[in-house]
Amino acid sequence: MIEAIPLTHWLTLSTLLFFIGVYGFLTRSNLITILISIELILNAVNINLLAFNKYLYPEALEGHFFSLFVIAVAASEAAVAVAIFINLYRNINTVEVEEVNKMKY
Amino acid sequence: MDYSYTIWIPLLPLITFVLIGLLGGKVKPIVSGITGVLSLTVSACLSIFTAYRYFLVDGAVDGVFQKIIASNHTWLRFTDTLYIDMGVLLDPISVMMLVVITFISLMVHVYSLGYMKGETGFSRFYSVLSLFSFSMLGLVLASNIFQMYMFWELVGVSSYLLIGYYYTKPSAVAASKKAFIVTRFADLGFLVGILILSFQTGTFDFSIITSAEGLATLGNVTSSFIGLSAITWATLLIFIGGAGKSAMFPLHVWLPDAMEGPTPVSALIHAATMVVAGVYLVARLFPVFSLVVPGSLTVVAWVGGFSSLFAAIIACTQIDIKRVLAYSTMSQIGYMMLALGVSGYLIEDSLGFTASMFHLFTHAFFKALLFLGAGAIIHAVHSNVMTEMGGLRKSLPITHITFLVACLAIAGIPPFSGFFSKDEILVAAFEANKILFAIEWLVAGLTAFYMFRLYFSVFWGKNRNYEHEPHEAPLSMTLPLIILAAGAFGAGFIPFSHFVTSTGETFTSHIHWNIAIPSIAVALIGIFVAAWLYKSENDRASSLAASLGILYKSAYNKFYIDEIYLFMTRQVIFKYISEPIAWFDRHIVDGTVNLVGSFVNFVSERIKGFQSGQVQQYAFYFMAGVITLTIVFVYFYSN
Repeated sequence: MIEAIPLTHWLTLSTLLFFIGVYGFLTRSNLITILISIELILNAVNINLLAFNKYLYPEALEGHFFSLFVIAVAASEAAVAVAIFINLYRNINTVEVEEVNKMKY
Repeated sequence: MDYSYTIWIPLLPLITFVLIGLLGGKVKPIVSGITGVLSLTVSACLSIFTAYRYFLVDGAVDGVFQKIIASNHTWLRFTDTLYIDMGVLLDPISVMMLVVITFISLMVHVYSLGYMKGETGFSRFYSVLSLFSFSMLGLVLASNIFQMYMFWELVGVSSYLLIGYYYTKPSAVAASKKAFIVTRFADLGFLVGILILSFQTGTFDFSIITSAEGLATLGNVTSSFIGLSAITWATLLIFIGGAGKSAMFPLHVWLPDAMEGPTPVSALIHAATMVVAGVYLVARLFPVFSLVVPGSLTVVAWVGGFSSLFAAIIACTQIDIKRVLAYSTMSQIGYMMLALGVSGYLIEDSLGFTASMFHLFTHAFFKALLFLGAGAIIHAVHSNVMTEMGGLRKSLPITHITFLVACLAIAGIPPFSGFFSKDEILVAAFEANKILFAIEWLVAGLTAFYMFRLYFSVFWGKNRNYEHEPHEAPLSMTLPLIILAAGAFGAGFIPFSHFVTSTGETFTSHIHWNIAIPSIAVALIGIFVAAWLYKSENDRASSLAASLGILYKSAYNKFYIDEIYLFMTRQVIFKYISEPIAWFDRHIVDGTVNLVGSFVNFVSERIKGFQSGQVQQYAFYFMAGVITLTIVFVYFYSN
């Protein structure tokens, strides 16, 4: 059944997801939503990896491995990011990204 | 014949220097003083013992004094042929200098216990005095010319430190800088001379350079520069170094100013030891001067002769007693240079060499005595100026008698030591060149005149108003005076030609009465004129000065040599060379660097807004960059 969906559909989906993620990353001001946008980007990449693996090299497993890897890294990254946000909130009482500009000239 | 212990003669003062220098601030000043005196006493005993063994026991083989390398260590080895040693060379002149230096230095150390008492920096004084003794001993013992050069510079440094001892006094600071810069300038010539000489012979070692093969190598050198052969250049440049240290005209300007240092320092460095280093240098390389390039030796003779006359004339007009002595030193060193200059190397006509070393030896005693006596006078009346003194013979009896002995010695009155050495110099000059002899004969009279002018003005005449009643110096100061007076009286009876000669062979010299009687006569005339003018209060001296007019005035102003130097440096070198270079540096070189700096500053001021601290902005730039690159990439690869 899944074979009925052509590769281009998957790629279109992942491109859409990716740019939605990028758009969210650039425009949202809440750090939590920025983190969610990053998850979108990462999952777009995962779809890409799996789709290519499935359609072009069905006997290989690298795509699966890579996407599993990305999921694991994304999870730990989310944990670190949330920890940072909590500390930020404790220190400056906000998680708005515009307020976090200490590291400027 | 084991002389390896001689290495301890310079090392002991070095150890003392380090000890006092590091720990001097932690102990009582007098402890530093006693340490210095003790270490110098040991050095002096070792030196006298060495001299006794060398000259009287086993220095001579078949009546010829040998050069002995007492110890030698390779210090720096660059390649197999280029290396620098540190060694100890014993020959008649270095052994003689050992005795002079350690003995005078010991006297000065003892004297300073009294003279410098209560001064701030007493320990510093003793540590630098030890450093000086070490450097000077290293200089005379040097077995190679590079070692000599290093100690030569060390001597310059310690002289600088001692002249600038009163470093809160601007004049002392200026004087120390002047001494250092002038001698350092001359040392540049010395260094270039060393390099030429060593390049031609392939060695730094004195005993190889002055050996028969070394001299033959030098004799075969054909390269030349502006009409003078390379060896002539080398010897003349080395002589410039010697002239700088020995205050020969026109590099003498630092010596009178160096009198800003404490008086014992003047006695040690600027009278008896350091200033004769130039004479010693010429004597050390005497075979090269004499056998290879006699022309350079003529230059030495004339520079010496001119300096002695020039300085003697100035000395007649000065009123600062230490400056009179400084010019007198310059004049006497001129004598020594002249004696070297008119001497030949072979034993038949080497009287000048012996006479020069003899005069160096006797001069060390009576000139150190004069300076230490002057120190005792200054100690008593708190002034350097002759016209503020008078009638001191009652209150300073010991100083008076010892000073008189020194004056008679320097004036060349028999049987005082100066007579014997000066007579030999005059004989040597008479045999070589009648004009030089005439100059030296005249200088002998001038010497007697200015010394007795000093003597009569200070000790005779009527009493002045002193701050307090002048009193005799303490025993630590009078004892060295008495010992040195004995030396100044008796040193002339040493048969010098039996010990110190150019080749190491010995001969017997006699007093030449046909030369001695005119020189005694002219000295007596000088003394009588001085007595007539200065013994009692009168205005003959000032009216004589007035009648001499411009002559007196220019001599009083030291023939304006300082002004000429100032003119040359300020108006010519600074104005036409240094200032344009400074302008170039400030505007072109610095300007370029500043331009680069301000450009970077300008640009970064404009673009620093990029670093806004807004993470999303960065991400935006990043994305924009990635997208641009992708478009470019796709565009190029799709074609």
